[in-house]
Amino acid sequence: CECIIFSIDDLFRLVPRALPVHCFGAALLRLSPGCSSRTKTQRRHASHFTYQPDPVPTQYGPTQKMNLFQSVTSALDNTLASDPTAVIFGEDVAFGGVFRCTVGLRDKYGKDRVFNTPLCEQGIVGFGIGVAVAGATAIAEIQFADYIYPAFDQIVNEAAKYRYRSGNLFDCGNLTIRAPWGCVGHGSLYHSQSPEAFFAHCPGIKVVIPRGPVQAKGLLLSCISDKNPCIFFEPKILYRAAVEQVPVEPYTIPLSQAEVLQEGSDVTLVAWGTQIHVMREVANMAQEKLGVSCEVIDLQTILPWDTETVCKSVVKTGRLLISHEAPITGGFAAEISSTVQEECFLNLEAPISRVCGYDTPFPHIFEPFYIPDKWKCLEAIKRMINY
Amino acid sequence: MNKMYGLCFHAVRQTAGLKSSRLLQRRAFRVSTLHRQQPFDSTLEKPQFPGASAEFVDQLEFIEPNVISGIPVYRVMDRQGNIINPSQDPQLSKETVLNFYQKMTMLNTMDRILYESQRQGRISFYMTNYGEEGTHIGSAAALNPNDLVFGQYREAGVLMYRGFSLDHFMAQCYANADDLGKGRQMPVHYGSKDLNFVTISSPLATQIPQAAGAAYAVKRENSNRAVICYFGEGAASEGDAHAGFNFSATLECPLIFFCRNNGYAISTPTNEQYRGDGIAARGPGYGMLSIRVDGNDVFAVYNATKEARRRAVAENQPFLIEAMTYRIGHHSTSDDSSAYRSVDEVNYWDKQDHPISRLRHYMTARGWWSEDDERSWRKQSRKTVMEAFERAERRLKPNPELLFTDVYQEMTPQLNKQRESLWRHVQQYKEHYPLDLYDK
Repeated sequence: CECIIFSIDDLFRLVPRALPVHCFGAALLRLSPGCSSRTKTQRRHASHFTYQPDPVPTQYGPTQKMNLFQSVTSALDNTLASDPTAVIFGEDVAFGGVFRCTVGLRDKYGKDRVFNTPLCEQGIVGFGIGVAVAGATAIAEIQFADYIYPAFDQIVNEAAKYRYRSGNLFDCGNLTIRAPWGCVGHGSLYHSQSPEAFFAHCPGIKVVIPRGPVQAKGLLLSCISDKNPCIFFEPKILYRAAVEQVPVEPYTIPLSQAEVLQEGSDVTLVAWGTQIHVMREVANMAQEKLGVSCEVIDLQTILPWDTETVCKSVVKTGRLLISHEAPITGGFAAEISSTVQEECFLNLEAPISRVCGYDTPFPHIFEPFYIPDKWKCLEAIKRMINY
Repeated sequence: MNKMYGLCFHAVRQTAGLKSSRLLQRRAFRVSTLHRQQPFDSTLEKPQFPGASAEFVDQLEFIEPNVISGIPVYRVMDRQGNIINPSQDPQLSKETVLNFYQKMTMLNTMDRILYESQRQGRISFYMTNYGEEGTHIGSAAALNPNDLVFGQYREAGVLMYRGFSLDHFMAQCYANADDLGKGRQMPVHYGSKDLNFVTISSPLATQIPQAAGAAYAVKRENSNRAVICYFGEGAASEGDAHAGFNFSATLECPLIFFCRNNGYAISTPTNEQYRGDGIAARGPGYGMLSIRVDGNDVFAVYNATKEARRRAVAENQPFLIEAMTYRIGHHSTSDDSSAYRSVDEVNYWDKQDHPISRLRHYMTARGWWSEDDERSWRKQSRKTVMEAFERAERRLKPNPELLFTDVYQEMTPQLNKQRESLWRHVQQYKEHYPLDLYDK
């Protein structure tokens, strides 16, 4: 597309001066006939996965159609209703949150229970630890997982170690930290990160990542009631895209239990969060194109992780593929790979495969090339089968 | 929009009357006077900014930080222990004052013995409280026993005042089987659930935002409890301190920030720690009521903490107390402060301006304490400390099983496997492990 380049004089001559500032840009775009919004370079890349909803749960009572952020709201609503000590806080949670996870809660439960904090992640987590130590239920929101690092000291040196170092006199088990996580198509360096590996190295906390609304509500409620400090990462790309029938009443899904989503005999595929949906598609493709039967496992809890379920599967299939968006070096796939080769060495038919992000910061325009998409995963399966 | 501002205006009008009264009723939430009050009106020559109102000014003038005269230091006694303004004497009973004195001196005695025990290789590390006993006892006495205490590491006197036994102090330093902390931390990292003293951790200032959160939870309980948070002037430079101050003021927490400004952060003197007027001057920047006190004057510390506590709970707002004092001892047993300060400087504070001697002068002036009392108390306190010391020396260390517990509330499969692996290993190589020192 060739836009006519205006000089500043042209701009002021052609664009009516009475227009308010925010209309200027739109007017400018209209004035350049060469630029069509429908040209190929301007169309944004489609999603790299197809969301695969869970079947409707029947054991938890009546359900309602909810997307991921609504299922989070539902979990928080249930918590505030049943636990009078529970408080939710973080940046911008009062009006409903930048991802609408806390919409309606302040009006319903009061401004002393759902409130904004100053813009300070180390403060948010430190404050949350204090609330928990004093015996109340603290649900802290970090606006993006990319911004959790100022709170790293409070999480690793304080929250994780509170019970151990005090000889169980004190603990902050009532603390849950929630943060939007993972790639979103255009998030780039600072709105796409998956920092679970940093925290996996920290005994004393739990790290949990759901794949959809039903899991999110059950796992979040488990984190909140768990007597250990938990970090709950919410795949932001699924906030609106993932829609399921979610039970209205509270229910819990156990932590540290991986879920086998489909059984298979040739390859074990392990992932968590958004990547589960990529893997499910890969499993279908592997079956159709390669005649390969894949067992898909959603790890769900990164720390402490369910080594038994994964190892049991690899003993059966002999091949393991682990995939995550986070960079490959030191990513959590490395921990899984190392443990599995220790436990299942003689059962392995091929080296364990990791399909992950590259060792770069998360790029903006290069996201389609960066992410561990279904083609890279399928190729890895092919290599393992032909080893 | 108008309705929203009308509500705010109405709310401010309602509370304006309350704010001017001395006896404030307990309110859950105080409307800040900085909150937007009136609708936007560009015909008025007043700033309309949401961030700050104040007035316009047309002279270019930078506000000068007041570091020359600075915030004055509140005191009750002079350096000789004489009351300066009788209205400020808290007029505590003889029994109470004697207890202050005995707690400060007992702490001093315990410090001498445990410092020496580190030098002899009996414990691995120790930090003394020399010179700061007044800050501990004065503030602890002004609190209720169920007020929650967050400390840094030089507040042992607060625990001692509340009744932490010598056996428990020593058990923690020796990391023996009686340690409430189960032997997991270095010496002086005390904690006591019963005495509402949160276990000390080494990272500095991390307790500050935690104290704000605890105070917020305590406020919601409506239980007439306060939270106090101790830290040094060095720790006040940490980002966590800024976070804690800002959160506690913004979220209206019943919290006392107690800064022990003792002149040094290990070897770093205050003129290399900050350029402003100490820590007290930062309080107003956060919207916090602040005061500077003579930390070596136990009554000044007591009065300030007492009033701060009363108002913090009644008004749900934080208070900042900067207690000026001097760290007479080294930073720790790993430090030799003669490397960065003169013996003359240390001697001045030890001899001319010490919280213990100033209180003793107050007591002797009233005929409450004699030379004989001093002699017999010194002998008795030393004996008590030595007996506890000998008990601690003999006690075994905790069972190494405790290496693996309390990481989570529950034992995890991985930890269980690691525990079993350690035991198998130790069984095989037992002669290389000091099992005899540990409880079975």
